[in-house]
Amino acid sequence: MPAETIGRTELTDVRYEHGGDDHVFVELAEEMSFDANFRAMAITQQIRERNLDGINEICPANASYLIQFDPETLHPDALIEELRELEESVELTDYRWDTRVIEIPVLYEDPWTEEALMDFRERHQDPDSTDLEYSARINGYESVEAFIEAHSGQPHMVTMMGFVPGLPFAFQMVPRDRQIEVPKYVAPRTHTPSRAIGYGGAFTAIYPVPGAGGYQLFGRTPVEVLDVEQELPGFEESLVFLDPGDIIKFRQIDREEYDAIRERVEAGTYEYTYEQTEFVPGEFFERPYEYNRELVEALE
Amino acid sequence: MSIEIRDGGLSTTVQDTGRFGQYHIGMPPSGAMDGFAHDVANALVGNPEGAATLECTYQGPTVEFRDSRVIAVTGPDMSPELNGEPIPLWEAVAVEAGDELAFGFATEGTRTYLAVSGGVDVPEIMGSRSTYTLIGLGGHEGRALEAGDSLALGESGDRSGRAGSAVEGSHRPSYGEDDPIRIVMGLCDYRLTEECKSAFLDAEWKVGAEADRVGYRLTDGIDIEFVEREQPFGAGPDPSNVVDLGYPVGSIQVPDEPIVVMRDAVTGGGYATVATVISPDRDRLAQRPTHGTVSFESVTVEEALAAREERSERLATIRKALE
Repeated sequence: MPAETIGRTELTDVRYEHGGDDHVFVELAEEMSFDANFRAMAITQQIRERNLDGINEICPANASYLIQFDPETLHPDALIEELRELEESVELTDYRWDTRVIEIPVLYEDPWTEEALMDFRERHQDPDSTDLEYSARINGYESVEAFIEAHSGQPHMVTMMGFVPGLPFAFQMVPRDRQIEVPKYVAPRTHTPSRAIGYGGAFTAIYPVPGAGGYQLFGRTPVEVLDVEQELPGFEESLVFLDPGDIIKFRQIDREEYDAIRERVEAGTYEYTYEQTEFVPGEFFERPYEYNRELVEALE
Repeated sequence: MSIEIRDGGLSTTVQDTGRFGQYHIGMPPSGAMDGFAHDVANALVGNPEGAATLECTYQGPTVEFRDSRVIAVTGPDMSPELNGEPIPLWEAVAVEAGDELAFGFATEGTRTYLAVSGGVDVPEIMGSRSTYTLIGLGGHEGRALEAGDSLALGESGDRSGRAGSAVEGSHRPSYGEDDPIRIVMGLCDYRLTEECKSAFLDAEWKVGAEADRVGYRLTDGIDIEFVEREQPFGAGPDPSNVVDLGYPVGSIQVPDEPIVVMRDAVTGGGYATVATVISPDRDRLAQRPTHGTVSFESVTVEEALAAREERSERLATIRKALE
């Protein structure tokens, strides 16, 4: 019987580490969990609100966070002391945040990522399968179609931004026994098409620009997640479209729709389908499937 | 007014002290790889600290000036010549409209800085003029300079009185050195066996062919040995994998051969990080050429802070002497 709630994780072994003289890295847990991620987001939001002098960068990550600062203004030990206090005071049950539910259309098994993955077959665990066939099999799905259904059926939360500007790491909002987990390539590819949908560990990534990459390739989206010139609708305030805490719903599309959306993106007329909402961790933990349905229904 | 690029050199980019506050969306700071040489170049020509300079890599550009300026070249010697005559490094030099400055190759070190009074005046993006070529942002059209480019300069007024002022020899770094690069161990170094940690520090590494503004891959050292464990959920099966996390600038990750993340950093990812190069030694590492030698020395945070302060004091002394 698969779990119907999100298992809670107690974070008992938080590590405070110095990154040279000007960074502090806090690893909330070695393993990924919503608890670790939500705490990383809650704590970093609190640090932002405290507006401490000397802090230059506040970066929440999947199960950790990173701070860069001027040690002349803020001694690393004083910072760590402040962070320890915050860690004790943050209660996730009191916590909620404004977010967006965003539809990202995906052409799964698209010709561009298929060409890329065939070019680098010798770097893959299973050179005789496609990335989707391999991922479906090792996760116990009877077909690629059923696997795609699982990946696109429930939403994913952006738990970290990084690697390159605009790239989201997204963690599917389902109990752990329903999470998809795949290895990265044995050796990274030197080429990945832009807008590829990849999967590594327990995370979906969307590659903003072409480049190297080690994630299993599932498909390609016609929409952009990075617009350096900030000319497209949706990029008025930032050159990246997504933020940590955003909720992504992948929607399967066919080639015809892909081309039609791509045409609108290139013409600068594509408007993202999204809704503002408030995310309440407590409710999500208790009844994830029902909660997800409500979130996604807002898009319709 | 402007300077005209006649030859771009090997890879010359506009850089300043960096773009901060956007690391959480994946935007690295960029900025001068050797901040010390960059800062001194600005001080020599009377620019504020944040002014943009040209960072020349291995081989500098050829540029023509369009009005009277004061310039300074700092960092490794790329044999700069003004109208065919050698000019000194670490010294302010007056130039006139029509003068041409050309560079050769660095024989030691990798990155030389050219400051011009008034600073290079490309548009500021997110508070910085630095070039980040990976996504084509900042600097001049987001890319390395090419023949035919024209770069606007800021207002400078007459600073010809600065010509001839120079940095004392004792304050000029040596670029042929291969003293250890100081690091603070930590981050995810719990992933390494104790034997591996000490072997890592005893090893002599070579700078790999993949050494650029994004990162320095180090080769020919030791094989990394990880503490055995059942991989945590979400990390991936390889012992080098961790749940994707933020990479500090200067941090060393160990996918197999170590990679030191530099100013155009990939801001995060899923490989274990085991140490961080201390901020003053990031300048020094940036000057190690491909096939150059690198070894590491582990220091405490207090020692790292003292080294940082020493660098700041040296810069303050240089600035004061040039006032």
